[in-house]
Amino acid sequence: MSDDSKKIHGVIAEFANPGALLGAAEKVREAGYSKYDCHSPFPIHGMDAAMKLPRSPLALIIALVAFAALGAILFLQYWTNAVDYPFVISGKPLVSYQAYAPVGFAFTVLAAGIGTFVIMLILNGLPRLHNPLFFSEGISKATDDGFFISIEHKDGKFDKNKTRNFLESIGGNNIELLQG
Amino acid sequence: MSSPKEKTSTILDEPLLITGGQTFHSVTDKISSITERKTPPAWFIAIGISGSAVLMLFGMIGYLFWEGIGIWGNQVPVGWGWPIVNFVFWVGIGHAGTLISAILFLLRQRWRTSINRFAEAMTIFAVMCALLFPSIHVGRVWVMYWVAPLPNQMSLWPNFRSPLIWDFFAVGTYFAVSLLFWYTGMIPDLATFRDRAKTKIRKIVFGILSFGWHGGNRQWKHYEMAYLILAGIATPLVLSVHSIVATDFATSQLPGWHTTIFPPYFVAGAIFSGFAMVLTLAIIARKIFSLEHYLTIYHFEKMNKIILLTGMIVAYAYATEFFMSWYSGNMYEWFTFKNRAFGPYAWGYWIMIFCNVVVPQILWFKKFRRSIPVMFVAAILINVGMWFERFVIIISSLANDFLPANWLYFSPTIFDIGMLIGSFGLFFTMFLLFLRFLPMIAMSEVKNVLPEADPHFYSSNGRTNGNKSISLSGEITGEADS
Repeated sequence: MSDDSKKIHGVIAEFANPGALLGAAEKVREAGYSKYDCHSPFPIHGMDAAMKLPRSPLALIIALVAFAALGAILFLQYWTNAVDYPFVISGKPLVSYQAYAPVGFAFTVLAAGIGTFVIMLILNGLPRLHNPLFFSEGISKATDDGFFISIEHKDGKFDKNKTRNFLESIGGNNIELLQG
Repeated sequence: MSSPKEKTSTILDEPLLITGGQTFHSVTDKISSITERKTPPAWFIAIGISGSAVLMLFGMIGYLFWEGIGIWGNQVPVGWGWPIVNFVFWVGIGHAGTLISAILFLLRQRWRTSINRFAEAMTIFAVMCALLFPSIHVGRVWVMYWVAPLPNQMSLWPNFRSPLIWDFFAVGTYFAVSLLFWYTGMIPDLATFRDRAKTKIRKIVFGILSFGWHGGNRQWKHYEMAYLILAGIATPLVLSVHSIVATDFATSQLPGWHTTIFPPYFVAGAIFSGFAMVLTLAIIARKIFSLEHYLTIYHFEKMNKIILLTGMIVAYAYATEFFMSWYSGNMYEWFTFKNRAFGPYAWGYWIMIFCNVVVPQILWFKKFRRSIPVMFVAAILINVGMWFERFVIIISSLANDFLPANWLYFSPTIFDIGMLIGSFGLFFTMFLLFLRFLPMIAMSEVKNVLPEADPHFYSSNGRTNGNKSISLSGEITGEADS
């Protein structure tokens, strides 16, 4: 099945279950690989620790987005109602900051929500129309009931045959080269 | 690996959430196949009916734009007629979806996984129906955009000191955040659809919709964080949106509206009616798609308990409201409440009391909480009752206000009734489209609550059960070995 004219993007191996995948992920990391990923149909508890991944920075980014949005919307309410178009209605003071709370809150949540969605996609490198992983025939099971480890060719330790044998030695099945 | 049978865990004393010995693949297969097989004829009949109602709604909206809001029964002093009753009703329905998807997620209520997807869908469709009514109720719809703070040649800005503008932001945000939350949750399942796709069109459509998801842990890491944040920011929305809707009433000086109890009372009522609607839809979907293993009696019993709780809060609020109107010593307040219960709209008041206070009491009995026909009838009655609650609040307060010379007996016109029916048509049409084309149960989340999803379930890989907090896994591992 290997065709030398095609570029090799990496290698992928299937593991039997979430427990085996977790064990294998530790072994891959201990063997010194860094550009690898563990694919599963659902997030596996403890996998971040097994892969020694740092915590996602998303929460911090969203906190900044939310506070910036809050500042912006409070300023907008103040500036439009008290500066640009001062307008006395029902004897309310021009700067009635209490009344700014509902819109201030709602807009902050809106900005945080949109920010979370967009920045999550950016951090994940999505949207992406194609991925070398999809050259694999088995990977489609990763959204059903398959558990996979993929190692990229860009990894310093990557070697077509050695990596393949390594994945086999730690219990991987259905090993495929990602070619295309 | 043998799958654990339908046993009760002795530690948590919680029945298995998903029954019937499901595997990861059987979950995928069951939920995906609903959208992959040939469209059943019953679906065409159902969407034919609901779609007709939508056409009627659109036709009536067209006539409304042509003729003006005089086609409704709105008449001074009842400036807010049925459209606002419908608006408050539909916004309220949405709240249960957010409660299930956000609050129950943060509280680690794992039973929510079976119902959260379509509860969220219900939220979105209900909020769509809700947004429709104030938008067309403004009368001059072509200047509807004035509510948004857009720079314009008149150099005018919206008045942020008015509750009606708060509504626009609150409900608009609610819709947008619910939609994003729903979609984020659906990305892995859309990828499942893409990977199972047999036809070219499905491959392309779901390929684009799933954004190139491949289920790698480096993606899950950010994804789970995103989901947690969305749940965190949607949680206050459950309380804030209907509170802000309530301030539309509470900040006015009309007897019957001008009370501080309104925001919490509206929120409890919203969750109450929303759960009744989730239950109604869940019972129907469960029957049609044979989802008995996913939506078990256990799920329904939990929902019934929430209905009972929020129903009691609503009943308590009715009593407090009545008491306060007397205790305040304000003759207009006291008159308004006596008038609600014994005046020209007494029939509406007693329908409300019967449906919202009396009917939920049967849920005290375990037998009835676990009986599908009983809960189905109760849920429908509660929905009716909650519509009447808004009717009573809005119509009876407005129709008989300060001076008897201003009073009016409000009667709906054919367009009021037609648009209410039409909004149900819109809601069910959207829901039917959702059931047919999108994953109606969150597959990746359901798989995650199967015992097999826990890596500690497998003892063969030589790992020890180091984590004592999941003592559940120890017990299940023992079972799997036997």
